[in-house]
Parts: sequence; C-alpha cells; structure tokens
Amino acid sequence: MRMGMMGLKGIVIAAGLAVAGLSAAVQAAPAPQAAAPTVQGTTPGQQAAAAPGNVANIAPTTASATPPADAASPALAMDGAPAMSSAEVNKAGPDGRNIGRPTDGMFDIQPQVTRNGQFAYWFHNKILFPLITIISLFVLALLIWVVIRFRQAANPVPSKTSHNTAIEVIWTLAPVAILVAIAIPSIGLLQAQFKPAPAGAVTLKAIGNQWYWTYQYPDNGGFEITANMLKEKDQVAAGERFRTDADGPRLLAADNRVVLPVGVPIRLITTSNDVIHSWAIPAFWMKLDAIPGRLNESSFTIERPGLYFGQCSELCGPRHAFMPIAVEAVPPAQFAAWVRAKGGTMPGRNADGTAKSSSKVIPQPGADANPTEKAGEFVTPPAGLDPATKPLPATPQGATNNRTGAGNAGM
Amino acid sequence: MTDTALHPQGSMSPFQAHDHEHHHDADHKPAFFARWFMSTNHKDIGTLYLIFAIVAGIIGGAISGLMRAELAHPGIQYLGTWASMIHGGEQSLDQSLHLWNVLITAHGLIMVFFMVMPAMIGGFGNWFVPIMIGAPDMAFPRMNNISFWLLIPAFTLLLASPFVGGGAGTGWTIYAPLSTYGEPGPSVDMAILSLHLAGASSILGAINFITTIFNMRAPGMTLHKMPLFVWSVLVTAFLLLLALPVLAAAITMLLTDRNFGTTFFDPAGGGDPVLFQHLFWFFGHPEVYIMILPGFGMVSQIIATFSRKPVFGYLGMAYAMVAIGVVGFVVWAHHMFATGLSVNTKMYFTAATMVIAVPTGIKIFSWIATMWGGSLRFPTPMVWAIGFIFMFTVGGVTGVVLANGGVDDYMQDTYYVVAHFHYVLSLGAVFALFAGFYYWFPKMSGKMYNEFLGQLHFWVFFVGVNVLFFPMHFLGLQGMPRRYPDYPDAYSTWNAMASHGYEIMAAGMAIFFVNLIWSLLAGKKAPDNPWGEGATTLEWTLSSPPPFHQFETLPVIDGGKDH
Repeated sequence: MRMGMMGLKGIVIAAGLAVAGLSAAVQAAPAPQAAAPTVQGTTPGQQAAAAPGNVANIAPTTASATPPADAASPALAMDGAPAMSSAEVNKAGPDGRNIGRPTDGMFDIQPQVTRNGQFAYWFHNKILFPLITIISLFVLALLIWVVIRFRQAANPVPSKTSHNTAIEVIWTLAPVAILVAIAIPSIGLLQAQFKPAPAGAVTLKAIGNQWYWTYQYPDNGGFEITANMLKEKDQVAAGERFRTDADGPRLLAADNRVVLPVGVPIRLITTSNDVIHSWAIPAFWMKLDAIPGRLNESSFTIERPGLYFGQCSELCGPRHAFMPIAVEAVPPAQFAAWVRAKGGTMPGRNADGTAKSSSKVIPQPGADANPTEKAGEFVTPPAGLDPATKPLPATPQGATNNRTGAGNAGM
Repeated sequence: MTDTALHPQGSMSPFQAHDHEHHHDADHKPAFFARWFMSTNHKDIGTLYLIFAIVAGIIGGAISGLMRAELAHPGIQYLGTWASMIHGGEQSLDQSLHLWNVLITAHGLIMVFFMVMPAMIGGFGNWFVPIMIGAPDMAFPRMNNISFWLLIPAFTLLLASPFVGGGAGTGWTIYAPLSTYGEPGPSVDMAILSLHLAGASSILGAINFITTIFNMRAPGMTLHKMPLFVWSVLVTAFLLLLALPVLAAAITMLLTDRNFGTTFFDPAGGGDPVLFQHLFWFFGHPEVYIMILPGFGMVSQIIATFSRKPVFGYLGMAYAMVAIGVVGFVVWAHHMFATGLSVNTKMYFTAATMVIAVPTGIKIFSWIATMWGGSLRFPTPMVWAIGFIFMFTVGGVTGVVLANGGVDDYMQDTYYVVAHFHYVLSLGAVFALFAGFYYWFPKMSGKMYNEFLGQLHFWVFFVGVNVLFFPMHFLGLQGMPRRYPDYPDAYSTWNAMASHGYEIMAAGMAIFFVNLIWSLLAGKKAPDNPWGEGATTLEWTLSSPPPFHQFETLPVIDGGKDH
C-alpha cells in the first residue's frame, strides 16, 4: 500500500521534472524502496564478517573482554557499555559507511534504520540532491556561456533587449512546477513523520539537563536511567570508568545507553529540566527539541539491532557538545529482560518473553565478575519523585557526574 | 532608469553643472571635528558607516579565525588559553567552553548587525541612494547622524560584555531560557542593550530612507525609473521598519524576564520559551533578506553597467524584491522545525518557504538575461558580481532542501545549515559588498583601485571561502551539530579542510587591504565615469569624488518611458 503510494509519487515527480525540462532527473526517481539503504537485511554479525579489516575500531580493552556481541542473546542486552560492543557492532559496512555514527571523509547522509528515515533519505538523495545539483550546474553553464559568447571581443555591440514576456513567464512557472514536484513527497514525508505511535508502542521519555540526559520508561514501571558522556582515560581519576572503543567513539559514548526494542514502534517524548536541548539520532532521522514546560512527541521504529549515536542539537550552555545520546537497539525479548533487570515491568503482552529471561542476570556497566550479587544496587526504584528535585542518580563509576565540572584534559 | 537621459535644468550639461557647484558652497567643508563627528552629510556618514563596517568585519573575521583554529583538529586546543588571557588566571573547563559560545555569539552578532547591515544600508545606501534619485541629501540629516552614532555605543557594549561578565554565550539567536535563567550576570544584559541600540539605529535609518525615496526624487524620477539599488534599499527599509520593533519587543521581554521577575518565556510562571523563538524569527527571517536585498540591487547595477545593457526585466526585478520582502514575513517558523510544531504548521511553512525560491529564481535568470546579448567586460566589480550570482545560487538551492520540514528532522542545527547560510551571506552578501566596494570606490575616493590586486583578491577569496564552507555540507550530512567546540573524530577531515580554507580566505583579505591602502595613497585619479557608457545612473554624472553638496540644481530626468 505504502510502496504503491510512493511509487505513484515517483511518477508524479518525474512528470514534474520533465515539465521543467529536467528530464535527466527522471532516472533519479526510482521507487524508494529500491534506493533505501540496504541495512535491514544485515545483522550485526554479518556486518562484522563483511568488514573484518576494520581493525582500528576493535582495539581490545579491559572493558571489551566480553565476547563479541551476539544481539540475539538476551544475556548481553544492557544499558552499560561493553555488552554490545561498539567496536564490533558499529563496524563499517561493505560500502565503508558506519551505521549509527558518522564516518570520516564521507559525503553522504548516515545510513537510515527507520522507515521514515529511509523515505527521507530517498527523498534527499534521489530527488533533492540531483535537482539542486542540476540547477546549480545549469546556472553555472549559463554563466560560462554568456561570459564566453558575449564578452566584449566576441560581441562588441550590445543588444538593446530588456524585456521578453514569454521567457519571464517561463522562468517563473518552471520553478513553480519544480517546487510543486518537491512539495508532494515532502508533504508525504511530514505525514509519515507525524503518524502517531500505535497502541502498544514503547514510550521513551528523554529529559534534557545541563549537561546529560535522563530517560524514563513510563509504560514500563517508570524507572529512570541517567546518561552521561564517558570521558577519555586521561581525563578521569585513577579507578574511574573511562571510555573504551567498546563503549563507542569519543564524545559519543555514554555511560548508560538507552535500550530500545527493534521492530516495535517507539513513542518518543522529550522535555527539559532547565534550558532547551534537542534529542537527535541521525540514523533515525530524528531530532526533537527538549523544551522546559513542554512535552514534545514523535515516534519511530528501529528496524535493525545495533548501537546508534547522536548529540544534543540545541545550544544549551558550555558543555553543549558533551551530552551524547547512545541508543542500543535489541530484540524485544532482550529489551524485556533489560526492563526487568532495571526493576521495571513489561505490559502483559510480552509476558512470555520476559518470564523466560527474568531469571537471567544482566551485567551492569562497570560491574565486576559476579554481577549477580550487585545487580540489585542498580535497580532504580520506580519513580514517583519529581525529576527536578530528585538528587542525581550517581553513576556507579563516577565517570561523569554533572555540575561538578571536572574537566576535559588540556583545560 | 537605465534608458533615461539626464537633463539638468537649463542647457548645461551635468558636468558644467557640477563645475558651477565647485566654486560655491558645494565644496565648503566643515573643519575636521565638525565634519566627521557632527556630520549631517550623507556621503560623510556613508563613509563613516563603511569605515565602521570594515573595522567590525576585521573583528568578526578574526573571531571566526579563532573558531577555525580551535576546530581544525578534534579536541580542545586553545580555548583554555584564550579564556585565561581574557579573564586571567587558570580557567575552569566550563569557563573555557563558555568562551566558545561567546565567540560564536559575537561572530554572528558582529557580522549581522555591525558588518553587513552598516556596510550595505548605512554605507552604500547613504552614499548612493540620494545621488541616484537626484537628491541633495537624505531627508533627515541629523537623524542620519544619530543613526550612525548609535552604533558606536552598541558595538562598545557588545565588545565589552566578555570583559564585564563571562560574555554572552547564548548564540546570536539569544534563545530563552538559556538567555534568561540560563546565563546570569551582566554580559547578556549588555548584549541585549547592544541590540536595542543597533535596532534603534536601523529603525531611524529605515525611516530616513523611506522618507527620502518617497519625497526627494528629482523631477521625472518616477518610482518605476528608480535604479534597482534604490528599489532594493526601499524594500529593505520597509523590512527593517516592520521587523526590528518585534525584535525590540522580544529582547525587552528578555530583559524583564532576566531582571524584573516577569515570566514571558519561563514555563514556571506560565510563559513559553517557544514564544521567544516565534518573536525572534519573525524578526530574524526578514533580517536575512535585509542583509541580502541591497546586494541584489548592487549586483543589478553592476551587471547592467558592464554588459552595456539595461537590466533585463526591470519591473520583474523590482517586484521580485517586493515579493521576497512580503513573503519573507510569513516563513519564520522554518527556523523552528524541530521545536515540536504541528503537522499542519510544518506543511504550511514548508510550502511558504519554497515560494521564496520563485522570485529568487526570477532574479538569477534576469541577471543572466541582462548579460545575454551584452558586450561584457570583466573588471573587478563585474567578476565579484558574477561570482555572487553563482555562489548565491548554490546557497539558494540548499535553502530549498532545508525548506522541507521533514528533511529538517535531520538537517536542523547541523553544519548543513551553517554551510547554507554562509553561502548566501559570506559568499552572497559579502561578494555583493566587495562588488559594490570596487564598483563605487573610484567614485567615493576619487582614486582608482589596482585592477590586478582586485582580481587577485577575488580569486584567492573565492577559492578560500569555497574550501572553507563547501565541506560543511558534508559535515552536516554526516550529522555534525552546530556550535560545537569539539567533535567526534569522524568529522576531522572536513573540519581540517575548512580551517585551511580560512587561511586561504584570510590571504585574500590581506590582498584587499593592501589594495585599499595602496589605492588610497597612490591610486590613479579616477575620472567622473570610469565604467563607460554602461554606467547610466546619476552618480556617474558627478565628479569623483562628488562635490560636498551635489544637485544644488536638481537634475531633471526625462526621455525614456516608465518601465
């Protein structure tokens, strides 16, 4: 149904472009699903196998002593870092592009792992980008032509032409036609993005703070986790947790990841406790301001397990650049196990999966070799406390507690 | 306009007319202090504005150099040192990082309010609008004076703010609540007062231009015969007059929120932070057209002059600017696509924003059509004008991408946006400023600039700004957020390239200043009209530089029909 709709749009767009005399662009507007990034079919394991040469990202550290992540194993799903190792999961794909985080020297948009993201990616890469390239080159070609053809040496006597109604009408209406052709998929994209999350969606409430994120799962018992940026080894005191490559890239890794189920619609709600922040994950095509006194809502469905990184995207003060967003997308059963381990509850429909895995102990970030005894310490009691007045949950490692201002190196 | 002939009253040619003026009051200049500090002469005030804009441009450009130095490599390299230099002693992490926000704020505010606007409107507008319409001066010469002198305390307040408090680190958009309870201390108050004064200056200037253009045109100079530069300043003046009071209101509310316990933008008291963004961008979007429209006008004059052809589609050009001005007031929320607008609001602002591409396209195509069939010469101003057309097109088409509200869930607040607005401003407005500067420098100074250095300046600057800003598109596509002093290592390559681009651009600017100083000291004497028969507007009928008071006998414009 949806594919058919977009295919129709492709035809409409192609027609619009042809009207505008840009028939070259017709080839650039195939059905969107064909052009969407081919990430869904690739499991992280396959990706790792496909690009074994990416050694730089696999630097083994103490924290990544866990075996390479198997996303299907519920025992490895957690908010803490080393379980799903960034070095393993986020390895560059066959085309050299990282998934869920930026790639150096790349020209393109990050690969998309949500339906809306894939639609928007197609819209940008197959409609907008070819179009603006053609227009820019067209103007450049015209300029070069007039500069050569009508230079004084070639055309000593200027014409006196100063009006031509026909051509003025054409260059008014042709852009109108192009813009209408752009507007059709653009409006379609907006409609898709504003489709509310269905009943049964998992609700994630992201709360911006200067300068860290807190997350609540109101439908899952309301437990809360706090995500601080992980500092580098030379920026923390001895014994404190620091970032490893298993956690993720510098400035992107967080001590506690947001865990979300794959294939289940997510209802994202954002707000803030102080100034405006913005919750953004490029791989989800998602950016939503977190504004004090407001609840903003959007939704998305992650189609591929993995680690996805984003950064605060609204200027929020000195450490604006240092409050990353790290999402660990796992299969629903694994998500349910993680929720249980957090002291949360799953709605009844998932009882089967959760019951099975509830006995398993989820290792916590920084946990020692025998997490069973310590797991209880990390279960955040279901909320009910005002997040604005509640004392900050100290991160177990004390890596990046906020407002205390231990610095980056070199500062 | 371009096909009108000039007939000063009586049988004198214009050259006889100013000969006559030379020996009377026309060149009676006041003494130095009275001339430059109590000036009521539009040309002297225009010169003051241009000097001010150059000084501000040096400061704003130097700040961007600091920013590119810090961003050249991942990690924090220099901010701590700079913070210690400003505030003394060892500075904490947050104070160092705050300095970054102070730098980006200062760069934005200086370039917008103290470089582009004073140069385009105060500088070239003051100099050439009265001359082009055949008026002896502006309608309100003393108000013109206060317009300029308000900028001095405004700029002083902004520059002093980092030394009084920690500096305003709010971004030039001064969003609440970061600018209210997010940043205590006097710095933000000083920045707000600075904007108040600069805004008052611009409002007074706008009133002056509108009055002058509507009431002081020479006999026969109908609205439809006015040069397009005058049209562009007229439209700009209306935008200023309608937009700046809204900014004044918004920042006054900020001041009272900060100091007097109101809660316009504080949800704890029933206010709304998003309200500030609506007010700010109701001003802010017309503001970006305020910065580019006079450039459109200048480029139209220059293209016509060096094509030896009248502007193609004069009426379409004039009313395209009017249309841009009108539509520019109803598109503001496309700056707020991530703030949680409703789907209908986003659809409306997407569509309305795209509409702006139509009159803009008319202008691009009309400039090319003006050159089409012409007899083109390529002295420095023409090269800058052609460069403007292409670079503004590149900046314009990325604007069409960003107009799509759905796309902005990715692009909002990334470097793609930074690339876009630097292409339309740093490569658009600034190219137009250089085009106008080289075009009118002989008229203003009476000296010819050095052609070789002018061409060299263009090419070095052109390469520099493209190496500087084009990679920012790629950074944005990879998701790098704006206003970051440090970035993940995956953004290293393009950031390093951008910083090298800055070095090239700075070399280009050095050439400009060498040319400027050399030309003022040793430039050849400029003829009344150095550009030949293509230069048809009234300023080329006067001496170079023009007499202190021109048009004591009003010129009469006839011949040539209305367009």
